[in-house]
Amino acid sequence: MSSKPMQRLDRVVIRFAGDSGDGMQLTGDRFTSETASLGNDLSTLPNFPAEIRAPAGTLPGVSSFQLHFADHDVLTPGDHPDVLVAMNPAALKANLADLPRGGTIIVNTDEFSKRNLGKVGYATNPIEDGALESWHVHEIALTSITVEALADFGLTRKEKERAKNMLALGLLSWMYSRPLDGTEAFLRAKFAKAPEILEANLTALRAGFNYGETTEDFAVRFEVAPATMPPGTYRTITGNAAMALGLVTAAHRAGLPLLLGSYPITPASDILHTLSGMKRFGVTTLQAEDEIAAVGMALGASFGGALGVTSTSGPGLALKAETIGLGVSTELPLVILDIQRGGPSTGLPTKTEQSDLLQAIHGRNGESPVAVIAPQSPSDCFDIALEAVRLATTYRTPVIVLSDGYLANGSEPWLVPTLTDLPDLEVEFATGPNDTDAKGEPVFHPFLRDPETLARPWAVPGTAGLEHRIGGIEKADVTGHISYDPDNHDKMVRLRQGKIDGIADTIPDLEVDDPSGEARVLVLGWGSTYGPIAAATRLVRATGIQVARAHLRHLNPFPKNLGELLRSYDRVVVPEMNLGQLALLLRGKFLVDVQSHTAVRGLPFPATDLAEVLHKAVAQTLEGVQ
Amino acid sequence: MSTKTELELQGTRGVPRVDPEAPAQTKKDFTSDQEVRWCPGCGDYAVLAAVQGFLPELGLRRENIVFISGIGCSSRFPYYLDTYGMHSIHGRAPAIATGLATSREDLSVWVITGDGDALSIGGNHLIHAMRRNVNLTILLFNNKIYGLTKGQYSPTSPIGSVTKSTPVGSVDQPFNPVSLALGAEATFVARTMDSDRNHLTTVLRAAAEHRGTALVEIYQNCPIFNDGAFQLLKDRDEKEARILNLVDGEPVRSGAEHVVARQDDGRLAVVPEDGAAPDSVLVHDAGADDPSEAFALSRLDDGSMTHIPMGIFRAVNRPTYDDLVRAQVDGARSSAGGPAADDDLQTLLHGSDTWQVS
Repeated sequence: MSSKPMQRLDRVVIRFAGDSGDGMQLTGDRFTSETASLGNDLSTLPNFPAEIRAPAGTLPGVSSFQLHFADHDVLTPGDHPDVLVAMNPAALKANLADLPRGGTIIVNTDEFSKRNLGKVGYATNPIEDGALESWHVHEIALTSITVEALADFGLTRKEKERAKNMLALGLLSWMYSRPLDGTEAFLRAKFAKAPEILEANLTALRAGFNYGETTEDFAVRFEVAPATMPPGTYRTITGNAAMALGLVTAAHRAGLPLLLGSYPITPASDILHTLSGMKRFGVTTLQAEDEIAAVGMALGASFGGALGVTSTSGPGLALKAETIGLGVSTELPLVILDIQRGGPSTGLPTKTEQSDLLQAIHGRNGESPVAVIAPQSPSDCFDIALEAVRLATTYRTPVIVLSDGYLANGSEPWLVPTLTDLPDLEVEFATGPNDTDAKGEPVFHPFLRDPETLARPWAVPGTAGLEHRIGGIEKADVTGHISYDPDNHDKMVRLRQGKIDGIADTIPDLEVDDPSGEARVLVLGWGSTYGPIAAATRLVRATGIQVARAHLRHLNPFPKNLGELLRSYDRVVVPEMNLGQLALLLRGKFLVDVQSHTAVRGLPFPATDLAEVLHKAVAQTLEGVQ
Repeated sequence: MSTKTELELQGTRGVPRVDPEAPAQTKKDFTSDQEVRWCPGCGDYAVLAAVQGFLPELGLRRENIVFISGIGCSSRFPYYLDTYGMHSIHGRAPAIATGLATSREDLSVWVITGDGDALSIGGNHLIHAMRRNVNLTILLFNNKIYGLTKGQYSPTSPIGSVTKSTPVGSVDQPFNPVSLALGAEATFVARTMDSDRNHLTTVLRAAAEHRGTALVEIYQNCPIFNDGAFQLLKDRDEKEARILNLVDGEPVRSGAEHVVARQDDGRLAVVPEDGAAPDSVLVHDAGADDPSEAFALSRLDDGSMTHIPMGIFRAVNRPTYDDLVRAQVDGARSSAGGPAADDDLQTLLHGSDTWQVS
């Protein structure tokens, strides 16, 4: 038991920041895990450079991890940290502007040498020159305390110093009353084969915890009570992990083997890594020679009756375009995961953006419609994977899933679903003739469609009597033979479009969150902006102003009631992390002049910024009416 | 009906066979109802006839054979065979076939491609299929010209080719497809010609029976845009000396009086037989692990078609990519006690770090 007084908080935002080699992502992950096990709701934002190891101590090398946890439901990783842990001058300089005055800074004084200060342009030491007097600063020699705590270990000084992130984690765990046992178990598993490194890390962790307890620098501890959440079994999950689990689950529910063709690309690679460890569940992963081969392998597997999936990011989606078009033409199931990042070209590989929407919907030659859907939170990636598989196998079509770097790496608690409660995705393959020829003999027609879904039969090689040829050349309706007939082409183009449009019949109407029913302004988002938009809406409503909110998961086709919904508000605000791609589609399709609000900073919207936009929109709407 | 040994059936191991009691399959069974639309006199007709003619001999169930092609004149091939088929997109057939062959052990997967499709736009997929050794039979129709786009030079056209896109002659160094395949670690590499039905059939059969990627370069005449490109090899008076017929275990001969022999500097050369030291005469060994000698043979062609080795350059056994991938999946399943049940998946969803909210 601690001897120090305990102060209760309802929410805290902590940012761990250090050099790329300081282990900040690991520290953040472990703190997240400890926090989750206490029952707080949480949301995280890892933020790291594309360079694997930028020169040590420089601004480009700063890596950070932000965690927002609370005794109530959390919608975003937090606009501004309450606490900044700065492991070096670069981390302080890169992050200080985000920390409101009065916030807490924990600095590792050991790293504030003249040389390190010089690397980031500090002429004098900010700890000593009064630059930090508006904040509450804890000056701690994290490195030397760590080395001292490990004095008896037969490790090199460098190896000892490396454990300083565990010391910091121990200290923060003490400050916010987090249990250490989860991290201890984690370290035991991670360093099972290196007992001395394990002991050093455990010692540093406990030393950090004890440091908080004994030093007079910390007068109080804090606690954040568990959040009220629906009963059940929970775990934390990132978007990429949820996507991988969703795919495996969907394949299992569909009774199909899963084949992932992929080429490594940030921030999608973790899906390849995760699925490559799931062979036991009938998962085959092929690391292809390039993005084009990756989607080709997936399409080939789909032709053979497997669930073909490919994972990528924006530049890879561009390369896959022609093969996705072949998927449209051959009408085979295919799931394409685009974990979006900043663009154009290589852009910002490790930063988030949602600027591939138009590429997903329109980025192919010809009239080439595909289904496009987007998850709204890390755990929603699980559900969106199931929906992608449902659409792909039911409609025999490519489906593009638009996740992004924020969802991919961010984490949140997830109520683990019960497998048998999930939708049945069982697939029916064609087994025999489906038509009769002119002479009345039974025949198989590979492009004779299901009247309801307009899907063609999925007839896989190995099925006797159904031998047929498919390809990218236009096919005659019903028979599937090559056809250059003008009327047939016009018909087939419309049939393929009609098939995708028809998906709207099986997706739910878009629901509006408008508790009072009196809002005149609707804020409409899609994908990963869900959290910030919902948080902004909450902020606006807390001031007594009404605003309605809705969020799209289906981008192509749209829910059937969308047009009517847009027209029922005086004003529709559409925030997007691009330059207005959804807004363009809404205006084009529904002739509604939505108000586009955009930012492409590689980071999620701060909820307070969006709240201000909504406040203004409501005020202008009221003025306009008067 | 099959009298083939297990070894000969390696390439199609796992592919269901026709019932030996059923009436024998015929060429007609492998002929689709689609009208063949190549130009009159195109070499593709001969290759199609050879393939339709010998497929029944493999004894495989027709529905378990898949032909995948890219883009080009020859890539129309799958439409004319009454098997499963996909006429895909330019250059990508090896990638699509890799996905299919890896996920379906019970299929015999063929790739039909041309010199532009395989070596230009699809070069990357071709070399990676070969180095992985996916169980595919790749027929590369080489006519040294772009036919479907009406007569531009291809990656196998000789330097100086005057074509629609090179009015004063091409300056691109051509690929030798056999050299390329050997360099890419292909386990089976052969060359044959559209006009020699017997040779073509023999080579195709050996390719089909090979387990792993079999690359067969087929010299094929385009009567419209590059007529007579291989005429020297078809001419009665010329061909005997120009064609070096590769027979495993036999000396490599050129005509009646010349042989291929190792020179003092280690290179191969065509020399008069009576002047060659007996131990310098090259005895063809297609099964040699080291591809160097096969590569040296492929380099005897300096582009002038003076010495063109024909037949099987290399046929070696190496574990195939698709077999290894399936073995990993099967291994993971069997060591976990069989295919995953609902409970196993539920455990996976839970992971190792959960907490309860009541």
